[in-house]
Amino acid sequence: MVARSHAIRSVIVALGAVGGILAAIVLLLMLGRYDVAAALDALWTGSVGSWYALTSATLVRAIPLMLTGCAIAVAFRAGVFNIGAEGQLLAGGAGAAAIALGIPDAGSIALLLALTAGVLAGAAWAGIAAWLRRRFGVLEVISTIMLNFLALYAVSFLVRGPLQEPTHAYPQSSSIAAAARLARFPGAGRLHVGLVIALAATLCLGWLLRHTAAGFRLMAVGESPTAAASAGQIDVGRVSTRAFITSGALAGLAGAIEVLGVTYALYEDLSPGYGYTAIAVALLAGLDPWRIVPTAFLFAALEAGAGAMQRDAGVPSTLVAVIEALLILGVVTAQAIRHKRAGDEMNLTIAEPET
Amino acid sequence: MSGALTPFLAATIRTATPLALAALGELVVESAGLINIGLEGAILAGAFGALAGAAAGGVAGGYLGAMLGGLLIGSLFAFSVLVLRADQIITGMALTLLSVGATGTLYRAWFGAAGVSLSAPTSGPRAIPGLVALPLVGEALFRQPLVTYFAYLLAPALAWWLFRTHAGLALRAIGERPEAAATAGVPVARMRTLAVLTGGLLGGLAGGTLVLAQAGTFVENMSAGRGFIALAIVVLGRWRPLGVALGALLFGAASAMQYAFQAMGWTAPYQIFLATPYLLTLAALAGAMGRARAPAALGRPL
Repeated sequence: MVARSHAIRSVIVALGAVGGILAAIVLLLMLGRYDVAAALDALWTGSVGSWYALTSATLVRAIPLMLTGCAIAVAFRAGVFNIGAEGQLLAGGAGAAAIALGIPDAGSIALLLALTAGVLAGAAWAGIAAWLRRRFGVLEVISTIMLNFLALYAVSFLVRGPLQEPTHAYPQSSSIAAAARLARFPGAGRLHVGLVIALAATLCLGWLLRHTAAGFRLMAVGESPTAAASAGQIDVGRVSTRAFITSGALAGLAGAIEVLGVTYALYEDLSPGYGYTAIAVALLAGLDPWRIVPTAFLFAALEAGAGAMQRDAGVPSTLVAVIEALLILGVVTAQAIRHKRAGDEMNLTIAEPET
Repeated sequence: MSGALTPFLAATIRTATPLALAALGELVVESAGLINIGLEGAILAGAFGALAGAAAGGVAGGYLGAMLGGLLIGSLFAFSVLVLRADQIITGMALTLLSVGATGTLYRAWFGAAGVSLSAPTSGPRAIPGLVALPLVGEALFRQPLVTYFAYLLAPALAWWLFRTHAGLALRAIGERPEAAATAGVPVARMRTLAVLTGGLLGGLAGGTLVLAQAGTFVENMSAGRGFIALAIVVLGRWRPLGVALGALLFGAASAMQYAFQAMGWTAPYQIFLATPYLLTLAALAGAMGRARAPAALGRPL
């Protein structure tokens, strides 16, 4: 019974979110005096209205958003503000490219090793910030921003230096051998089996958070570090460090999958900001991995459709960023108001601890 | 040597000016125990405001528009974080995204997606008589646009205000222990609001500098990460105005170095120059250069 009412509530929230997004788009289009019907038509056909758009544009984009969304969720749930998913994604892409290009004749073993390298590189990149946080109490918000820049410069160096393609004409690496690429689904355009990996990772993470002691500890630390330490006997530093590194590993996997399934080479602009969009994806999903599946799809469709809207109806594609921003602001405000109410009720019985 | 020095120093100062303005603004915010990553958005809004303002009222109108643009982002941050109690990190990210989206959309809607580059009037360099004749550094430091001189004055003025006046001490007390400050009668909410608005205003001015003293036009995303660099500079400057000014110069020099080496045809990986300040910032955070202590309440939920 409880489960059913919870499910109904989720559906209502989801419908509300989609309705709100559509309403905001229509409003902004009317404000800009655009042809609303033409714009919406382009948005639809460019995202889910055709088989090609659905598979090659929307679902291909949903893969990295699902994984980076999970990366954000696992970190934020543990109270770790990892906004470095973008840098960790780049590190993962670079790691995967280095391995896949380094052992060109290893076939599908190269694919496995490259995916692993991407995961490890992402984890290591997050590990730097995790270590700085644990050892020196460095705010991860600042350190992960620094590491995003450093990752960008590192990739920029790699594609002009050690990993540059042999003619040295373009800032990109050579193409990865066909055997080391992620296979595409037959008849589904550019859609590749990274989708299966992303779905599996998302489902596993959701299950781990809900049903294991490690997941419980992680969420306890995120809710209240002091309570987790005193009442739960939890090693807060260790739990948040692990969450941080897991977060980096997921983002690194996203980067590896982009290189091995989409671009087949390392580029500077590997990611159009997936690591940042992921924050909106995860927040709208209430930091719940299972609900990240639909929200990642939603944002992927929006971004794919926005391109079509710009092409066919002359509507600036940057409109999507406005929608995303308004969504994030709406979600955090709603959360804050809910917390405040809960806090006000608590205050009647328990004195607020000195913070 | 001095032949190469003047252009290098001048480029350093030019790059450092908007960074210093934005970072000094963020320093005020962080001194109050808050952290606004919407600064990047404030700079971009300032740049767009400068374009709109300059179209209406020349250079002066441009600077006014820039400050209003930054102030708008600052007000939204203050409202969300201080009134609605929304999370400051997420709010800051969202405001940056909002600014990227809104300025991009408005720019394309008004001026077309083709991107006919629209020119804004610029404020040229003004020499300061006497000082400009100083050997070695005079030409570079004292033939600059007015806004640069404002930055020269702002750093020591802020240092004096933060560390030598009642109000400045009260602001830093909020950043250390907000509850204690409130108990001592400091108007915490009001001072935090003013600090955030000041940060937004200076961020906007930094964006205005990009348009009105440098590029002479608006380009989508022209803040190009400067707001995040300013966050680094605050750390590197160890939360002190003069340190922040030095940090801005260091980032400016790193970028000028890149162009200097490219101009000399030296093909060493230029990314090393761009990356160095970030590495130094991380090192500073880890305490490698003496203790860089953040305000105790920095980033803590309200």
